[in-house]
Amino acid sequence: MLYFSDLLQYSDVFLSGLKTTVELTVLTTILGVILGTVCATVRQYGNRASQRIVSVYVELIRNTPFIVQLFFIFFGLPAIGVMLTPWQASMIALTINLGAYSTEIIRAGLASISKGQMEAAKVLGLNFRQTLTRVIFIPAFEKIYPALTSQCIIVMLGSAVISQISVQDLTYAANLVQSRNFRAFESYLVTALLYLGLSILLRFAFNALGKRLFAYRTSH
Amino acid sequence: MIEFSNYDILRNLMFATQWTILLSLAAFIGGTTVALALTAMRLTRNPILQRIVKIYVELFQGTPLLMQMFLCFFGLSMLGYEISAWSAAILSLTFFTSAFLVEIWRGCIDTLPKGQWEASRCLGLSFLQTLRFIILPQAIRVATAPTVGFSVQVIKGTALASVIGFVELTKVGTMLNNATFEPFKIFTLVALIYFVLCYPLSLYSKHLEKKFNVSR
Repeated sequence: MLYFSDLLQYSDVFLSGLKTTVELTVLTTILGVILGTVCATVRQYGNRASQRIVSVYVELIRNTPFIVQLFFIFFGLPAIGVMLTPWQASMIALTINLGAYSTEIIRAGLASISKGQMEAAKVLGLNFRQTLTRVIFIPAFEKIYPALTSQCIIVMLGSAVISQISVQDLTYAANLVQSRNFRAFESYLVTALLYLGLSILLRFAFNALGKRLFAYRTSH
Repeated sequence: MIEFSNYDILRNLMFATQWTILLSLAAFIGGTTVALALTAMRLTRNPILQRIVKIYVELFQGTPLLMQMFLCFFGLSMLGYEISAWSAAILSLTFFTSAFLVEIWRGCIDTLPKGQWEASRCLGLSFLQTLRFIILPQAIRVATAPTVGFSVQVIKGTALASVIGFVELTKVGTMLNNATFEPFKIFTLVALIYFVLCYPLSLYSKHLEKKFNVSR
């Protein structure tokens, strides 16, 4: 039999876990997309050497599991003198992970903007930075916005792993609750549903934000 | 305490790699089988079956793989179904793989012009004949590259099986770390082994993508 009522007394634990997961998601989404934007710009317009460095970073991250990256940062880096709290290590690992994926996605967006736009901007007297921010970035981001936001949600779900280095996120809460009342199935089911709710909510939020950000383009 | 030489570490990691490969293969085979069934359900145009596939995808794409593994491993045994870490890992990775593959394949089938279905009907082909002679040969060409690309995600996903106690590459890495206290070296090696497994697949997927785009 299932007893969900046993979980009610632990609603505080779940809520605080949910809060940590949301905080980390929001923070790493912002930092990861910034990192990805910088890397994608370098990858698309930089010189040979810097392009090479970015692609090594992207391929290394995309071809190794997140949990190994997390363990490397949390357990491995202290061995060479970089001490990190579990929270800091998770934030860095998540940012680096999303950064690599978003680099690929954003670069696809940049590559889809025709060369003529760049040349036209130059003719109009815009410098490189102005061209990027006023001519290139907005249509590029509009194109790849759905892919980028899906990736953010995938990273949020992947963050469940940080409970393994004892960050008190939603998964940590589930483990804690099931170790107290031995109701493993109920506790993990409720947590899975909370994650599902969170990913649906995030998708709505991203869609609403997307409509706002790119509204002027569809209005005419 | 036993001393581990570099050779011992590497040998143990290489030995564990075969379990990672085996688990990946099992998950990929299970995942493609279920995804084929789900794709067939979608193609029937039966609204109820389509709805079921949609909910399936939503459930397994919208929740963390780790949570699915916990549910399969701890959850099922709580309900009286004793299950090994091996079966729980394969089961949850099959759900995960199939949920993503069915979406990838749907995208591939949708890229084919709708007119092809109608033209086939006009030519008097049945639904199955249309599928077999018209749609599938084209869809498989389009779908190969993203499917190979997704196999990288499956291999990386198997790393999570370490959390429920399945002894594969990541688990052996943490065990060796506990024995040797050389985390930097060990996790670098573990990451490199995953890279060696995944990178050729990534390259192959990119190669296929280029090949099919050029010939179109």
